[in-house]
Amino acid sequence: MTAEFLSRIQFGFVMSFHILFPAFTIGLASWLVFLEALWLRRRSEMLRDLYFFWLKVFAGSFGLGVVSGIVMSFQFGTNWAGLSTVAGNVLGPLLNYEVMTAFFLEATFLGVMLFGWNRVSHRTHFIATCMVALGTLISSFWILSANSWMQTPQGYTVVNGVIQASDWWAAIFNPSFPTRLVHMVLACFLSTALVIGGVSAWYLLRGVWQDKARLMLRCALVFVAIVIPLQIIVGDISGQVVREYQPAKLAAIEARWTTERNVPLTLFAWPDDKAEKNDYAVDVPHLGSLILTHSWSGEVKGLKDFPAQDRPPVAAPFFSFRIMVGLGLLMLALSALGLLLWWRRRLFDSRWYLRCWMAMMPAGFIALLTGWYTAEIGRQPWVVYGVLHTVDAASAVSASSVLTSLIVYFVTYMTLFGFGSWYLLKVLRAGPDTAPVRVGFGATAARPLAVVDDGGEE
Amino acid sequence: MELSTMLPVVWFFIIGFAIMMYVLLDGFVLGIGILTPFADDEAQQELMMNTAAPIWDGNETWLVMGGAGLMAAFPRAYATILSSLYLPILAMLIALIFRGVAFEFRFRAHTSRRIWGVAFHLGSVVAAFAQGLMLGAIVEGMPLEGGKYLHGTFAWFSPFSVLTGMALVFGYGLLGATWLVLKTEGRPQRIARDLTRPLMLAVIAFMLMVSAWLPFLDSRLMDRWLAWPNFLYLSPLPILTIVVAAWLWRAVLANREVAPFVLALGFFALGFLGLVAGMWPNIVPPTMSIWDAASPPSSQGFVLVGAVIMIPVVLFYTAYSYRVFRGKVRAGEGYH
Repeated sequence: MTAEFLSRIQFGFVMSFHILFPAFTIGLASWLVFLEALWLRRRSEMLRDLYFFWLKVFAGSFGLGVVSGIVMSFQFGTNWAGLSTVAGNVLGPLLNYEVMTAFFLEATFLGVMLFGWNRVSHRTHFIATCMVALGTLISSFWILSANSWMQTPQGYTVVNGVIQASDWWAAIFNPSFPTRLVHMVLACFLSTALVIGGVSAWYLLRGVWQDKARLMLRCALVFVAIVIPLQIIVGDISGQVVREYQPAKLAAIEARWTTERNVPLTLFAWPDDKAEKNDYAVDVPHLGSLILTHSWSGEVKGLKDFPAQDRPPVAAPFFSFRIMVGLGLLMLALSALGLLLWWRRRLFDSRWYLRCWMAMMPAGFIALLTGWYTAEIGRQPWVVYGVLHTVDAASAVSASSVLTSLIVYFVTYMTLFGFGSWYLLKVLRAGPDTAPVRVGFGATAARPLAVVDDGGEE
Repeated sequence: MELSTMLPVVWFFIIGFAIMMYVLLDGFVLGIGILTPFADDEAQQELMMNTAAPIWDGNETWLVMGGAGLMAAFPRAYATILSSLYLPILAMLIALIFRGVAFEFRFRAHTSRRIWGVAFHLGSVVAAFAQGLMLGAIVEGMPLEGGKYLHGTFAWFSPFSVLTGMALVFGYGLLGATWLVLKTEGRPQRIARDLTRPLMLAVIAFMLMVSAWLPFLDSRLMDRWLAWPNFLYLSPLPILTIVVAAWLWRAVLANREVAPFVLALGFFALGFLGLVAGMWPNIVPPTMSIWDAASPPSSQGFVLVGAVIMIPVVLFYTAYSYRVFRGKVRAGEGYH
């Protein structure tokens, strides 16, 4: 195994682990803003309890996101020195802007958010929550811009084999960036909403925290019902961008080998890279053209139009894309069904339906990961599309070094994931107890909330 | 002066500033972790961690700022240094992961609480040692051939880099002890006070050893420090260091609370400057200069606009958060 191959496995692994936490915190931060804003307006105890309950979940998730994120910011140098050398002139500034405009903001105000309740006014505390949420969104802006630039690079020139920025506006707002940013942020929100709804359904089934669970489930249901159709539309627009700028990726996603008009939609198949054909294909006539080109007989490029060394692998994007879309459709069904039950006033006592919400709890994260696999495997063999091959992006480190780090990361992350999930489960099982206020330092008797103990601890 | 001549100089200082901020701010947090075994019991350990719980995250972000800044302004140096120091960076990152999650996990844990106390301590020690090791290896010089570290996977391992690694563990320990003197009272403060004096002696000893060794690492550093008139220009650095050390010693003996921490930060900053002064104008000694490694003005200029606006803003709200959490941290006023 080469160092480059091992580095790709390592990047895929540490990235997959990392992305789950920012995705969850992007959604949770905005949810916390919503809860605290509502609390400031209505001052109901229930809302404050819910705020502090989700704040605990947020704190753990944020911590894991931060420590695994630092690993990411070093990966580009340790394992992808070729990428940093060739494309660092563009990627470096985008990441640096992310640090300066987002990371400091999140990290600093997180302290006030977690520990400042008794030290600042309610209004200031709310501002801290807003700053953290704003930080998560600014962060997604820059990181999606950097990633999208690698997918659809623009605003650059190549001088002596090194990429230089020639037009920052064009580079930042590259063709795939706007849709991919919206698609990702909505995916984060949806993933979080599914967890919130799933946890509420769990409480309703157990017969605990009824009022709070009803409120949360209604919020989650309304949110998913509004956002999932939007997400499907944004996904479709994103597909159009891929068709225009990364036709080989689209061909792989749809397992199209030859360029044709009147393309069917392949629901299932077993793509065979060697024979350049699909086995066991289940096709729906014309639907492919209709979805991909928005016309009955539109033309879709096939993989055979691209030289074999410039083609992405087919099976991985093909299947991961189908998992993502399938989960999206399930979310649509879940929300439609929920609205129907709500209208019939059966939302909270249809136990089978509540079990569906519990089952769908990880669906957002799985869709998010499979979406990323589609995007990242589908753009192979390029790391900067059409400019730099992944093979040429790796560091000149020994394979044994990379194997060592891969094993160490694997063991470390599995340990963290195990403990992290266990602690998360403890918090969720304990539930949104009354006033689980995090006690700030130097709390004085003038603020009696400070003496309330934490009900979440065993 | 041309932009392409001037901008790399500006960026050398910005990145130097970011790394120094990291060394000082995360330095005292890592220092707390280095000193936790000296606590009498679990409750005191928790108190020690609590002094940093609201601010450690922002402090650590300066490391990411240094890394991302290096990638933006000196991509070739970023690629070379990080891939050459592959294993110590791995050690540092894993250590920082365990140190960081310990803050959150320790308070959630019940039966496994002890594990995260140990993780916090070991993570801090290993991260500090790995950072000192890397700093020493960079200062010592990384001979390159075609962008690759000439001496292979373990070239960062040398007597000098081991010395700087140990020096940083004790140095961070000193920062941590003076921080605890500032933020605690009663028994934990007493423990921190008792640790400050031996730590100070150790740090001064390490600093003397590193300073004595530095000019003999190679002729380049010898010229930098001992040739006339460089000797004259650089002389304020060692003189100031001696003055600050003496002042720190007196402040510690006088049982002052704020002064030792501030002076320890100053002492540390001077030591850092002393190590880095020998590098100029190289970013990867002995051959890669800041101009060799620089990204073009289109990149350095673009980020500079952001840095000039954002760094003061960041410093402003960082100061605000320290103000919010000013004062002594008391037992029982824990986390959740």
